[in-house]
Amino acid sequence: MGLTAQSVRMESLRDIYEIEKNETQYVVALAGNPNTGKSTVFNYLTGLNQHTGNWPGKTVVSARGQFKYKKNEYIMVDLPGSYSLFTASKDEEVTRDFLCYGNFDAVVVVADATCIERNLNLVFQVSELTSKLILCINLIDEAKKKNIEIDKEGLEKELKIPIVLTSARNGYGMNELKNLIEKTSQKDDKEAAEKSLYFKQDEKLREKISEDNYNYANELKQKYIKEDIKKLNRDKRIDDIITSKKFGIPIMLFLLGIIFWITIQGANLPSQVLSDILFGFQYKLNDIFIGFGVNDFLRGILIDGMYRSLAWVVSVMLPPMAIFFPLFTLFEDLGYLPRVAFNLDHMFKKAGAHGKMCLTMCMGFGCNAAGVIGCRIIDSPRERLIAIITNNLVPCNGRFPLIIVLSAAFFAFTGTFIDGIIPALFITLMVLLGVFSTLTVSYLLSKTLLKGIPSTFTLELPPYRAPQVGRIIYTSLIDRTIFVLSRAAVVAAPAGAIIWLLANIYVKDFSILNHMANFLDPLGRAIGMDGFILIAFIAGFPANEIVIPVLLMAYMSKGALTDFESINSLRQILISNGWTALTAINMMLFSLLHWPCSTTLLTIKKETGSLKWTLAAFIIPTGIAFLVCFVTASVYRLIWQ
Amino acid sequence: MKLVDVGVGRTVKVEQNSAHDYLKERFLALGLTKGADVEVLRKGPKNNLTVYRIRGAMIALRNEESKFIEVL
Repeated sequence: MGLTAQSVRMESLRDIYEIEKNETQYVVALAGNPNTGKSTVFNYLTGLNQHTGNWPGKTVVSARGQFKYKKNEYIMVDLPGSYSLFTASKDEEVTRDFLCYGNFDAVVVVADATCIERNLNLVFQVSELTSKLILCINLIDEAKKKNIEIDKEGLEKELKIPIVLTSARNGYGMNELKNLIEKTSQKDDKEAAEKSLYFKQDEKLREKISEDNYNYANELKQKYIKEDIKKLNRDKRIDDIITSKKFGIPIMLFLLGIIFWITIQGANLPSQVLSDILFGFQYKLNDIFIGFGVNDFLRGILIDGMYRSLAWVVSVMLPPMAIFFPLFTLFEDLGYLPRVAFNLDHMFKKAGAHGKMCLTMCMGFGCNAAGVIGCRIIDSPRERLIAIITNNLVPCNGRFPLIIVLSAAFFAFTGTFIDGIIPALFITLMVLLGVFSTLTVSYLLSKTLLKGIPSTFTLELPPYRAPQVGRIIYTSLIDRTIFVLSRAAVVAAPAGAIIWLLANIYVKDFSILNHMANFLDPLGRAIGMDGFILIAFIAGFPANEIVIPVLLMAYMSKGALTDFESINSLRQILISNGWTALTAINMMLFSLLHWPCSTTLLTIKKETGSLKWTLAAFIIPTGIAFLVCFVTASVYRLIWQ
Repeated sequence: MKLVDVGVGRTVKVEQNSAHDYLKERFLALGLTKGADVEVLRKGPKNNLTVYRIRGAMIALRNEESKFIEVL
């Protein structure tokens, strides 16, 4: 999943073939089969932090970065992974078009050392387009573990292409690669490229070429590569359990539950520490302002409005996310996500959706806008639309903490070890409900507005790779921290100021905020919440992170007795404002199911190019949220009142 | 015989790729060309997907797809 702050920025949406450069700069394209470690090579060379993960289709738009080597500068273009230049899935088109029309000075084809035979097909195809080609056989460390031996010199002589053996994640061979890039990009391209073949629809010819390519690849493999069958079967044995009919799904649910449990348990202490520090600082700041004689109104906006909501977002949102994402990334790097897609495919098929929707759903956990962009890995327009519209039904980074915090506040009260387990179960259930709604909406859409049968599906299960635990935890932690902090600064602080103003400007006897809440209250009550909660959700349109802070500020401005001093007093504040278990459950449900945030909607507009579908992506989840909350509220009242 | 009917554990050779359009290209890209060895590794939940070893990679196909591959 594209879980980096970088991949969410709007600039990453650009696909550009003509790269601007000056005379001392060279453009180098990185191509290769999906999942061969192109992004790792890219990151190593450029020092950037393009998200990496062990599943095909992770890079859907080309990323760019630069590095300097000796006298020259090189602009690297990380192209989406592709099996062949003949096929035409959306992301593969980017690669094909760039290699046919882009102004590159060299192409590095990154190949997986553990699967050379399949990777060579693309090498042959690219070598017909350009002679400025370097073959980078990556993951050589994995190959060594599997006792695969590669005769580099032999292969080089045979292919007449410079070859470098690398292990990008620990830097092995990277200097040699830089050296080759320097030499190759200064060469002249001799061969006239036969590009038309890659666009013309001559099926027979292409079949023949593929057959010849693969036969040649097989021949080369027999000649220059030695494999160890025993080691080769390691992954098969693991998969016999992980993807088995019996244990596949239970193992998956168990792992998900464990991740949530660790997140909840681990977030407690840092949340407490952060809020102690940040709110302690608030008092100091307050004193300083008073000392300087700043007037109360300005002090209110700056401290009670802006600073406090910023502090809330950081102390409530950051710890769970900084724990959840590194954990998730570990599983991603291990190669577990495609196995999840494998285990769930029969459900997606039944729902009329694409099997890869499972992967775009996982991207949605990080950020729905990124998830929507990720839907480019789905080729069929019908299924892509379904995936785009339903992506919002998995909780993103902005909503997850709300669910985590509320379930921890309301359903962990026994004071025993069970306190960590119940919220974890609860969150797992919420996620399952999100998946269930995704499938239901997909099913209904594919029976009505988006009729059709599921399109074809081929899924590669990549080899398991030992994740670099330390590095992943570090980069993922930093990445999340930057993500949450920047959102807090950009959205939470201004929103805090606005809400504070609304809560402190009075019209007649009530504040504007109170008037608004009173107006929305009947609607809120009907679905088991209240007017303030609805305001908080509306205020959360630019970013869901601020829903809880806005709500707390709204409640506290009402003159509630409790002051918010720690995460633990959250429950008291909410209960003193008339909350019941129903309010908590419905708020979580509403958060899970309601409209997408503004960034996501803009992205949907951009990706679908249609106002109609953007509107549908707004109305469908919102309708479901109201319906579901209304039903739970009615049932609750029927039973308990 | 068709690839979809081959039992788990067997290795067969591709005789013909009878898929059309996009799927055909995808098969070719994955190396399901004439003469390729395919090992049937495992069936997934509900017998929906089957994992094959194709050109050294593990690829899962639905029955709706694997029925287009003629094997020997």
